[in-house]
Amino acid sequence: MSTSSQLGLLVRPSRVRGLCSRYFYIYTRSGFRVLDIVFWPVMDLVVWGFVAKYFMRLDTTTSATAAAASATAGGASAGGAITFLIGAIIFFNILYRAQQSISVSFLEDLWSRNLLNIFVAPITVAEFVAATYVVGIAQIAVVSTLMSVLAYFLYTFNILTLSFALIPLFLNLLVMGWSLGMMTTALVFRFGHQAEALAWAVPFLIQPVSAVFYPVSVLPTWLQPVAYLVPATYVFEGMRHVLAGQGEINRYLLIASALNVLYFVLVSFFFGGMLNNARERGALAKLVV
Amino acid sequence: MTLNQAVVAVDKLNKTFGKVVAIEEVSFAINRGEVVGLLGANGAGKSTTIQILLGLISPTSGSLSIFGLDPWKERVNVLERCNFSSAYVALPYNLKVIENLDVFAQLYGVPNRKAKIASLLELFEVGHLASKLTGGLSSGESTRVNLCKALLNDPEFLLLDEPTASLDPDIADKVRKLLAQVQKERGMTVLYTSHNMKDVQELCDRVLFLHKGKIIAEGTSAEILTQFGQASLEEVFIHIARDQVLAPAEEKP
Ligand SMILES: Nc1ncnc2c1ncn2[C@@H]1O[C@H](COP(=O)(O)OP(=O)(O)OP(=O)(O)O)[C@@H](O)[C@H]1O
Ligand SMILES: [Mg+2]
Repeated sequence: MSTSSQLGLLVRPSRVRGLCSRYFYIYTRSGFRVLDIVFWPVMDLVVWGFVAKYFMRLDTTTSATAAAASATAGGASAGGAITFLIGAIIFFNILYRAQQSISVSFLEDLWSRNLLNIFVAPITVAEFVAATYVVGIAQIAVVSTLMSVLAYFLYTFNILTLSFALIPLFLNLLVMGWSLGMMTTALVFRFGHQAEALAWAVPFLIQPVSAVFYPVSVLPTWLQPVAYLVPATYVFEGMRHVLAGQGEINRYLLIASALNVLYFVLVSFFFGGMLNNARERGALAKLVV
Repeated sequence: MTLNQAVVAVDKLNKTFGKVVAIEEVSFAINRGEVVGLLGANGAGKSTTIQILLGLISPTSGSLSIFGLDPWKERVNVLERCNFSSAYVALPYNLKVIENLDVFAQLYGVPNRKAKIASLLELFEVGHLASKLTGGLSSGESTRVNLCKALLNDPEFLLLDEPTASLDPDIADKVRKLLAQVQKERGMTVLYTSHNMKDVQELCDRVLFLHKGKIIAEGTSAEILTQFGQASLEEVFIHIARDQVLAPAEEKP
């Protein structure tokens, strides 16, 4: 019909709803699936939150003067550290979930030998991807809310102190997670089952250079340029900036968004290219059997 | 309904995977309402042909049209009117039968989904499995559920790649008769591969014999039998599969 349908970019809500309905069926029935999504991030929050609290106590009892000194240095006090850590755990989970929602839904269709049914159904690639976005957003909304509430009661961490920065930070993590998810899925198109482990590994491969738990300045100088290429770096630096009450972060948000748009476009082309390549190699059916 | 109007037209289709020639200069047409059987030994190129028609594999060269449309340019418009089933695909195991069918009914934009699903489940005598998890079905049961999925959108063109591979003789017979019945009622066009010659003889108006990627015989079962001077399609099959003249040694299937 149109060029957009040729490119597989057409998105009709009814078909996206159809694709989403299967997740609705799974999650409303299987408590384990819900638990799987909620369990690990909540455990992270609880364990690392208390570890940080303990360090804070050690810090204040052993060297009160050092703590006072670092507190006046601004932000990097022990109290600041726990706030940063909790924020980082909640935020990193957004990135991870967004990435997982795409690559794991694809892998599930692969494992259940349903992939061909999906590929011969009258749906565009964009509709398949859009459905994973919707499911990802729903998961993230639930888990992030739960974590934020827990963090408030356990550690008096109030995510709302991020106020207006919260939404752009959140969106940037979401888009970066989607790009990573599409990239890992494209690699499975290309390399088949051997690339499956990447679906779980990629977010953690990127984590050390994303300034998640520490600022870029902590990294060795030669590694810092790499970190500055990662959109999430600006999100986590920006988050700490706001939590430490150091004012607006428009510059961080601008760079993160620009990088995200760039990567998203590149990854979309890569994804389309790998899909066509799989069609050429006859790999769509062979991935299955 | 216009008869003799080609639903599928394939012209000089080639597909090579690296050095392997999967199909070579394959040309054929299928008319509306016709049931065509695609026969050939393991590795002859049947699945490759079907998957090219479905847009799962891109051809190396050649042209094809379905409903007069280019399936690569109008993928969604073509796929809406087609459907597919095979022994090597399955529906997600963690959904109930009825949930899986409901998902695909939505994807195919089926009106009146509940009634449609119920009638198909009844037709294939699997109504009692509706709320069972798909992963818990026997292979014969899941074959029949897959066929329900393949008929959800009343496809004008149905592609079946060894759909009856795992059925016991009793169920295979039932399924064959049901498919024949549905096909007649709806004037459905069907492309069918099977290693079961009985299926082919009973269901297909016309047969295409593929051998090492080439179509080497084409016609009604009777015509093929006369052409090869054999008494049954099974004998023709074996004759072709073992014919060293027709089959210059390449690589093993
Ligand atoms: N993705 C692929 N990559 C490489 N070679 C392939 C691929 N798919 C098929 N082939 C080769 O192409 C040829 C035709 O395979 P195809 O699957 O079409 O055969 P078939 O007629 O369906 O056989 P069967 O009866 O065993 O299902 C075979 O030689 C096969 O090895
Ligand atoms: Mg085959």
